[in-house]
Amino acid sequence: MKIHEYQAKEILKKLGVPVPKGRPAFSPDEAEAAAKALIAETDNEFVVVKAQIHAGGRGKGGGVKVVKGASTARETAQKILGMNLITHQTGPGGKLVKRLLIEQAVDIARELYLGIVVDRGVGRVVVMASSEGGMEIEEVAAKTPEKILKEAVDPVVGLAGYQARNLAYGLGLHGAAAKSAGELIQQVYNAFIATDASLLEVNPLAILKDGKALALDAKMTFDDNAMYRQTDLEVLRDFDEEDPAETEAKRYDLSFIKLDGTIGCMVNGAGLAMATMDTIKHFGGQPANFLDVGGSATEERVAAAFKIITADPKVRGIFVNIFGGIMKCDTIASGVIAAVKQVGLKVPLVVRLEGTNVELGRKMLAESGLAVTTANDMADGARRVVALAAGNVERTT
Amino acid sequence: MSVLVGKDTKLIVQGITGSAGTFHAKQMREYGTNVVGGVTPGKGGVVHEGFTVFDTVADAVKKTGANATVIYVPPPGAADAILEAAQAGIAVIVCITEGIPTLDMVKAKRALGAYPGSTLIGPNCPGIITPGECKIGIMPGYIHKAGKVGVVSRSGTLTYEAAHQLTMLGLGQSTAIGIGGDPVKGVDFIDCLAMFEKDPQTRAVLMIGEIGGTSEEEAARFAKANMKKPIAAFIAGQTAPPGKRMGHAGAIISGGKGTAAEKIAALKEAGIAIAATPAELGKTVAGFVT
Repeated sequence: MKIHEYQAKEILKKLGVPVPKGRPAFSPDEAEAAAKALIAETDNEFVVVKAQIHAGGRGKGGGVKVVKGASTARETAQKILGMNLITHQTGPGGKLVKRLLIEQAVDIARELYLGIVVDRGVGRVVVMASSEGGMEIEEVAAKTPEKILKEAVDPVVGLAGYQARNLAYGLGLHGAAAKSAGELIQQVYNAFIATDASLLEVNPLAILKDGKALALDAKMTFDDNAMYRQTDLEVLRDFDEEDPAETEAKRYDLSFIKLDGTIGCMVNGAGLAMATMDTIKHFGGQPANFLDVGGSATEERVAAAFKIITADPKVRGIFVNIFGGIMKCDTIASGVIAAVKQVGLKVPLVVRLEGTNVELGRKMLAESGLAVTTANDMADGARRVVALAAGNVERTT
Repeated sequence: MSVLVGKDTKLIVQGITGSAGTFHAKQMREYGTNVVGGVTPGKGGVVHEGFTVFDTVADAVKKTGANATVIYVPPPGAADAILEAAQAGIAVIVCITEGIPTLDMVKAKRALGAYPGSTLIGPNCPGIITPGECKIGIMPGYIHKAGKVGVVSRSGTLTYEAAHQLTMLGLGQSTAIGIGGDPVKGVDFIDCLAMFEKDPQTRAVLMIGEIGGTSEEEAARFAKANMKKPIAAFIAGQTAPPGKRMGHAGAIISGGKGTAAEKIAALKEAGIAIAATPAELGKTVAGFVT
């Protein structure tokens, strides 16, 4: 699960990480009030208006502005709110800005990078730092990998003091700045662990002119598997940032991802679901979604999955590809039949069943009276659905 | 011969009284696996569906001589179950549980370092099977057949797809290992390739990878330097969009890294044959062993 910058900063602040003073704003009025309060509090008439979307590159896209005075903050907020912000991370469609962070402007001496991830190779949490603040770490890794410092953390010990110092001095800091940055790095690591994060980036980590370290930006992603014990975080979910079909799928415990193509797919197993998408592409089609119904889906869940796929107006053909193990083919067949009876079938449907109770499943589909094309294997099914979808140009509604 | 599990495997089931544990314990017994008991804390002494239940793994090992375990414990207790098994001296630990918090696995892996005699398979995996001898996990037994191809895979159903094709082609499997879809896990491709290289029954290896991480690339380098046996491979997720977790916790292209294209290039560079579609998994490896 992803959250906004302002939410991440609230979490970090609570856990002792120094962040700039700021408050969220959902309207120009709120932006002006926030700016007014910040200016009074900090005795500095400059504030930063920052668009809050779940994507990076906001500054370059025009979503971050430094302004002078509360009324200018209001005008700027008016411009940014409701704007469709396009960055290299949003895709060409961009993202609608509905929230802002109004923050105090600070005097920056240096901008650094701090990032924490789980490194699968070593099976440990790794803290990364670089002198190239503001730049994306992937870009630094590609161009100047020697500028990235890394410390792998022993989970029993936590990020040791010497490791934080290694990073701080390695970044070329000394004196008060090194001490302050080292403390911040340890606090950020502790926040990562405390919240079951899967990614935590502070980019830039600012060293102010007075030598203090400050998290000037914050990006946090949480481990979905740990949400059961991080229930406080659930309220931070922004449904505007999530695809409504994906949200609906989650209600039924389905793993679903919306894509741009025209062939809807329903598969059991994540690997097989990806491979099904690949096979559709191999035969000249484009998948409309990734959908794993899981290994223990019920008729009800299969029906829900089918409805989610058919609700997409771009879908011109559906491919159900099942290798029944624990999941029985007759369960899939009855789910598909039930769903079609409820929502109708306006596009070609190709079904490939293999595995447990395959004969029963095939028989049920054959006797259902539905216009189902049966495929012998996965490649055959993909070939057929692509051909059928191409013929189905005019979709009757 | 085979790898990790076979006729001598004595299996216990952790979480045997839960619904998944019960169902699969019966399935495994039916297949012919020597299931010697199960563990559910608080249910020690009970006989459940014909299986003797123990409170602790240590107790189960003492009374049954178990040398393998399979874990169906829900996510909050699964990492703990892995460590309990290791501490009790179990050699092969198979964790089926999906949804274990990553940081729990980071800690568990660190702790497993103290038990070099224990091998962890999974979590979030279908398990391991040596056809005709021992099935540990959730895979359908009947699609497998004893044979000469070693299978190692990050995906469950794609492993079934591969095993089924190998069986249909009459090649069968020496052992099929599902290493699981999580980012932090037990054995990886390299460990399995090394075991298959040493196993006389295995004549060729079929490896099934997917987007995310770099273990396929590392396996490619390992194979080039250390493997004499031929390998065929498939990588799932060529059409997966970046930044999205494709069902498995570990299946994500992040920061432009972990793409199928990079993996396929590395595997080809190592002389590994690539199946263009999963329908060709069996055929691709068949050329090496017939």
